Amino acid sequence: MSGNNREAAVRRLLEQAPRPVPPEIHTEAVRRGGRMLRRRTLARRVLWLLLLAASLAFTVWALTARPWVEPPSETTPPLSGW
Amino acid sequence: MLERHASRATRRAREFEAFVAGAAGRLLHAATLLTAEAPDDNPRARRLLTRSLAHTYASWDRLRGEDPYDRTRSHLAVRFARGAWHHGGLGRSRPDPASPLAPLTPQERLVLVLRLYEGVAEEQTAALLGLSPERVRAICHRATSALLHRPRGPAPAVTATKAVPS
Repeated sequence: MSGNNREAAVRRLLEQAPRPVPPEIHTEAVRRGGRMLRRRTLARRVLWLLLLAASLAFTVWALTARPWVEPPSETTPPLSGW
Repeated sequence: MLERHASRATRRAREFEAFVAGAAGRLLHAATLLTAEAPDDNPRARRLLTRSLAHTYASWDRLRGEDPYDRTRSHLAVRFARGAWHHGGLGRSRPDPASPLAPLTPQERLVLVLRLYEGVAEEQTAALLGLSPERVRAICHRATSALLHRPRGPAPAVTATKAVPS
């Protein structure tokens, strides 16, 4: 088939003798990748800390304000049956 | 816990070094084809490859059986597509005549390299680039014809008038 021939011709055009890879690509990739990892770790820690602080604040507020207790009634119920 | 962390870091470094030693040559060649630079003078391709490898390194512990080569290649392709989209291609990155893909547009080079040099399936290429499979096939066909039917020698005259020195 002509399609396969054409593809094979283009593949031959693309293939080339491998050249040595400069070593700084590896070192630079490790440096950048390590920095990304450290930043992610830091961001995760900060978020956990934030979550912890928020839940702590909520607990303290709930224990002091006690929103589940029915507030004392401020109006007297209507007196009837006298 | 600190010890486990350290042992994981050394294992990652060792595995990553072996991976780069095995795969970087082919990836660098693919990147050089993408940017259409000369094989000996390819700063853009090196930068592209370095960034993609850095991402692979950062996600090395969470690959879970996924092929790191695949991951790096996808990252490379997407990063190149995004760069070509933002920078327009012509003014900033004029193709070097020494590259075999110099007469093609960035998108044609991307599809051709993924499909024919790397052998990625049509559907996967389409999904990676956000195109339809028919469109990928059409671009591949067009690029192949442009490469084979053009006598290699005279540089395209159109780019000379449009290129703006920056």
